This record gives sequence, structure tokens and C-alpha cells, in this order.
Amino acid sequence: MTKSVIGSLAMEFSDEQAMLLDVAREFCRDKSPMDVVRANLETDTGYDAAVWQEMVDLGWAGIALPESVGGAGLNIGAAVPVMEAMGRALLGTPLLSTTLAGQLLARAGGAQAEPWLAKIAAGTVATVAHLESADWGSESYLATIDSNGLIDGRKSYVGDAGVADIFIVVVSADDNPALAMVTRAQLGADAVQMNTLIDLTKRSGKVDFSGVTVSQDALITGPAVATALRDFRLLGALLVAAEAAGTAASCLDTVVEYLKTRKQFGKLIGSYQALKHPMVDILCGVDNARSFVYHAATVLDDEPLSEDAEVACRMAKSQATDILEYAGDRAVQFHGGIGFTWDCNAQLFIRRAQWVRQAFGDALHHRKRLANSLLDQFL
Amino acid sequence: MSVPASELKAFRADVSAWLADNKPADPGFLLPQSFMEVGSEQQLDFLREWQHKLWSAGYLGMAWPKEYGGQGVAGAFQKVADQEMARHDVPICFNTIGLNWVGPMILDIGSDAERAKYLKGILSGEDIWCQGFSEPDHGSDLGNAQTRAVRDGDDYVVNGSKIWTTLGNFAKYMILLARTTPNTERKYDGLSFFLAPMQIPGVDAHPIRKITGEYGFNQMFFTDARIPADCMMGEEGDGWRIAMKTLEYERGVSAGQAGGLWMIRVLADDAITQLQGHTRDGDAVLADPMVRDRLVQLAMEEKALQLGQKRAGISALTTDYPFSLPISGKYRATEYTRRLRQLAVALQGSDGALYVGDDDVRDGGFWQRAYFNAFSATIGGGTTQVQANIIGEHVLGLPK
Repeated sequence: MTKSVIGSLAMEFSDEQAMLLDVAREFCRDKSPMDVVRANLETDTGYDAAVWQEMVDLGWAGIALPESVGGAGLNIGAAVPVMEAMGRALLGTPLLSTTLAGQLLARAGGAQAEPWLAKIAAGTVATVAHLESADWGSESYLATIDSNGLIDGRKSYVGDAGVADIFIVVVSADDNPALAMVTRAQLGADAVQMNTLIDLTKRSGKVDFSGVTVSQDALITGPAVATALRDFRLLGALLVAAEAAGTAASCLDTVVEYLKTRKQFGKLIGSYQALKHPMVDILCGVDNARSFVYHAATVLDDEPLSEDAEVACRMAKSQATDILEYAGDRAVQFHGGIGFTWDCNAQLFIRRAQWVRQAFGDALHHRKRLANSLLDQFL
Repeated sequence: MSVPASELKAFRADVSAWLADNKPADPGFLLPQSFMEVGSEQQLDFLREWQHKLWSAGYLGMAWPKEYGGQGVAGAFQKVADQEMARHDVPICFNTIGLNWVGPMILDIGSDAERAKYLKGILSGEDIWCQGFSEPDHGSDLGNAQTRAVRDGDDYVVNGSKIWTTLGNFAKYMILLARTTPNTERKYDGLSFFLAPMQIPGVDAHPIRKITGEYGFNQMFFTDARIPADCMMGEEGDGWRIAMKTLEYERGVSAGQAGGLWMIRVLADDAITQLQGHTRDGDAVLADPMVRDRLVQLAMEEKALQLGQKRAGISALTTDYPFSLPISGKYRATEYTRRLRQLAVALQGSDGALYVGDDDVRDGGFWQRAYFNAFSATIGGGTTQVQANIIGEHVLGLPK
């Protein structure tokens, strides 16, 4: 007997989550109007430290961390409405990096992780250094740690590498994945080289950890690490999807507004079906992305991710990636000549779409894994 | 009305057991895949008996009041019954236009006399209903309907033609949109709405042969047909408003339908299952990476539709465009269905070129027939392209 490829259809949203979504949307709208977004493009960090501190004060840095370490004690699904709201306002902060670092650590670490989690919940910026190439599907690590705690290896695309105080470095310890906690103070002066990213609201860099030694209490090993890493990748995909769903919704609104005001050949251009119908497909695509994202938030918990949760995260990322890519692309085209300029906000959307596509695996990557989960049973 | 989950669960078990015991055996002839495909008396008799049986057992029109043949219970029960009907793959309820469009509309805005006269016959299957909206020259542009109804004593004399009339050759009644006043400033204002008898002189049905080679639609001709004036719903000039109300039920924007399956359920699972055991490039079709990607996209689309229905009920998650999910339901579901069936044929290799009647055609030509029939839903009830206009204008607020 095969299982339906449709699987779980759970969808719940509590009043508490609804309130959080409201608060987050209002906060992000207030703190991140377009002129502020544009001003932050030019800065080193990409965000306003005072806004980040406010987010920490709201409890968002530790939203999904246990109360015992100073977190809000909610599950990771609670980060979804916050990320969606951030995406909608293109608000840049290290929340994504910090939240995912917290999740990886909490899921892998047990008691050993607690002091680090307490710092994260209190607002210390943390990030996971795991990629070593452009291949998000690779699950092996060249970076190693020896029995003395000496790391040898470089990491790429490390989110918010310029501001992070805690780096969770994924290393190979006797051929098993392990997590080494490295603080900024341990890094050499030239260890971090920032990338020039296509999306100027985001920040990442290459980090050389070679020569750094960590003590035993800053090294997490054991079988839970591999599972936690798998879940970290899936949760990363989901949170990027949530952010992208918000960005796509905002992109849709921006283009719709233009189509309602711009006239050509004596008519508002939104009356032309060649523009109107693609906008409807973007609306439907954004609706689907939000449905997947909030479905995923419903089936997640603090346990290792279930099969339903894995499917939900992958579908969310695949859908959100594709629709933002389409929406960003059409945003440029439908603005006509002005859409080709730096000053038109369409560039922010198309650039974000390129960043989103690759982060935590593109749509093809996730659909390939989904095919394994869903279709192999029919072979 | 919210119903305790335990009660629905017990009810589900009851319906499921009843359906298992009462599902009709294969009649040995092709059954319609939707209510728009009833082409023979043989099919009609079979489906009429099935609908009557379902209704007699209390599984149709459950949310309608008892005095009109319903059960007077919460709509949630009907939803469960419908889900179980789909799961058990039982035949369709052919009187869909009555059950799901006309009936709820009459319940909603009809008079007590109209409710008493029409509703029970719809549920029992005794009174077959058809819809006279589209005209040969005015398919999607419904407001421009030109069929004339002229008052003469106690009757209206009707002349003109309607087309794509499902069940028109079998129907006892038609919901008829006709022009009672020509040349009004707004074209909509000249239209009136009739609950019109069909088995009267001057009404002729000409069955139309479809791309499947089968029948189901008709062109209806009215030649001085005399329709009693008391068959008019509302007043002269109310036609457009009532037609729009009817379309809300047809498009699933409003709830209140009597239920029953209106088309066979074809799912991504079915499209995938039919590929089992077949090869492509010498290996299993389902091992082909390109095919797998297409099938995953299909499954995602189906899942998104279902998740969307759930999200539509959570107001905090629909604040951007509160009606986008219900208003786009037809657009998304019918196009999904068409793509699913097209893909199912496309992945059959050379078997995709066979058709109903060939010894080697897969599943008796089920998929080819299903693909062609899918267009009845992407075209009927307002084409996909008209739906896109409606969504663009009414949801996104784009200019006309």
C-alpha cells in the first residue's frame, strides 16, 4: 500500500501566533521603510544596530529557545511569522543567522550548549559556518578538528560573518560531523573576507578557521549532530522560504501599484491582460507559498523533524523560491524603462530573488529530494 | 455550527460502511466522468437511481432544511460524506446544477413557494435542472445575452438560443437568463431570471458532439415558447443579480451546496500510479529525473490547493487579499486538473496516441477522455482567461 503523495494537510494558527504576526508586521513596516532599506544597502553591516537591539528586546533572538536559557520557549514555527514580516519589509538583520545557529545548537547540544544558547537568547549574534563550496547538497566536510581541538579549514557563504560573535563551525572529527564553537576573539585579523553579494540587504563572507583551537567544552560531538545538521538545513530552507514569501507579497503589491497608476496608449497599463494575467499567477503563487510556509510551521516541533515536516520545508522552499524569482523578474519587466534603473525598487526584489534561490538549496534541489521521499515508493 | 470531531468521526465511519455496501457494480458501459457528460438514457437512468439511493440514505442535501428534503444538520457532515464518496470512487451525482447551484440559490434568495416547489425534486433526482446562460454569440460575455422574453398576458414568449446546456435534453427545468427589456443603458438591466419549464412546446434540444466523441451538451432553441409569468424569479430586471448569485455557488465562492460528487476525483496519486510498471528510455518511467520533477510539481500544486482551502478559514493569514483564495479557486483547481490529466497522457509513450475503443489503450482510455473533458471546467462557468480578469480586477484591484 503506497502513501498519498499529498501527505499531511495540517494548518493551524493560534491567536498567539496571529498576534505575533501583527506585531512583527507593524514593527518591520515602521523600522524598514524603503528609504531606510536603501540607506542600509551602503553600510558594512547592512542593518541598524538599534533596530536589532529592539528585536532582541522583543525576545525574537531566542524566540524558539527554551525558557531555561532565557528564550521565549516557543517552537521554531514561531519564527515563521517574524521572518515573513521581515521579508515583506526587506528588513536586514542577523536574525536568520542567529535563529538557525540557536536551532542547530539546541538540537545537537544538550547541556553543553546551554551557556552558548543563553548568549544567543540575550542577543549575541551567532552564525553557522558549514558550506565549503557552492553546492548546498553536499553533506561532507573538508574542515577538520584534531584531538587537541585544532581546526583546519575554511568556510564559505557564512551569513553575517562580519558581525557574528559566535561561529558554529561544522567540522569533521574522526570522520563524524561535529560542531566547534568559535568566538570572534579567537579569529585572526584577516580571517574574515566579506563577499560582494547580489542582494545588498544580505551579508556573508569567507572565514578561515585554520589554526583556531577550541576547548573540549566548546566541541559538540555525537550522533545527534548529524540529525541536527539535517534539521538545520531544512529549517534554514523554511525560514528563507518564509522570508521570501513576504518579499514576494511585497513585490506583488509594488508592481500592482505601478500598474494602477502608469498610463500608456491612453490606458492604465494594468488593464492590459498581458500584464494583468501574470500578476494573477504571481498572486496565486504567493498564496501557495504562504500556505506551504504556514503548513510547515504547523507540523514542526522541537523533536527531530518528521517526514511530514521535511516534505513541508522542502515544498515551502521550492514554491517560495520559484515565485519570488518570477515576481522579481516580472517586476523589472513590467516597470518598463524605469524598471531597468537602480532607483526603481524592482531591483531590490530581483536581487533578493537571486539570493533566495540558492540559500539552503534551490527549487530543483528540494524537488529532487522530494521525489526521493514521495515517488520511490512507487518504483 | 461547529460539530465535535468525535461526532464527525463516527459519522465518517457510518457513511464509509454504507458506501462500501452500496457502491454500484460496474454497469458494463462507460459512465460519465462529470455531470456535463451524461449522453445517453442508459447513463441517465443509472445515475438517477444512484442519486436517489444516496438521498434516501440521507447523504445528500444534509445541510438543507428537513421540510425541503434535507437533514437539517451542519454542513460539516455533508463535507465528510462527499469526502467519503470521493474516497470510495462512487459514481457522480448527475443533477449538479440543481444540487449545487440552483438549490442553494433558491434557499438563499428564493420565496417560500419556490423552495417548496423545487428543492425536494432536486435532491431526489426526479427534477433535472439545466442552466440557460451562455448563448452562441455570448459565451463569456454573459451580460450581453440576447434571448428575448416578451410579456404576453400571463406568459412570457421566449425566442432565441442557449448553448453548452448540460442535461438540456433531459431537463424538466432551466434557470433561464433572458432579455425582457432591450436597449437598456446598462446591458445588465434588461435581463430577467426564470425558473423555466422545459418540457413545453417551442423548446428543442440539439445534442452537441464533443471532442471526446461523446455527448452531454446541447444547443437549446426557443421558438415562441410560452413560459408562465409566475416562473420569473424576483422582478423584471433582476436577472443579472440573480445570475451572479448563482455563479457564486457554481464557482464555490459561497457555501450551501447539497453536495455529492460532480466529477470523478482524479488525483496526482492516480496519475503516478498509472505509470507504474512502464518504462521510458529503458528504465522505469518513475525513475526518470525529468519526469520525477514534473510529478513533484504536480503533487505540490495539488497539496497547495488543499492547504489553501484550509488557510482560507484562518482570517489572520488572509489579511492581504481576503478573498484571493475563494475567488481564485476555480481558476487554480480547473487548470490544475487539466495539467494533471494532460501530463498523465503525455507520459504514456506511444500509448498516449491510442483512444477509447482500442484494445491496448490504458484503463480503457480513461486518461485521454479525462484530459479532453477537463476543458469543460476550464471553459465552462467562465473561462480561465475570464477568471484571470476577475481575479486581477476584484482581488488585486487592477483596472478593467
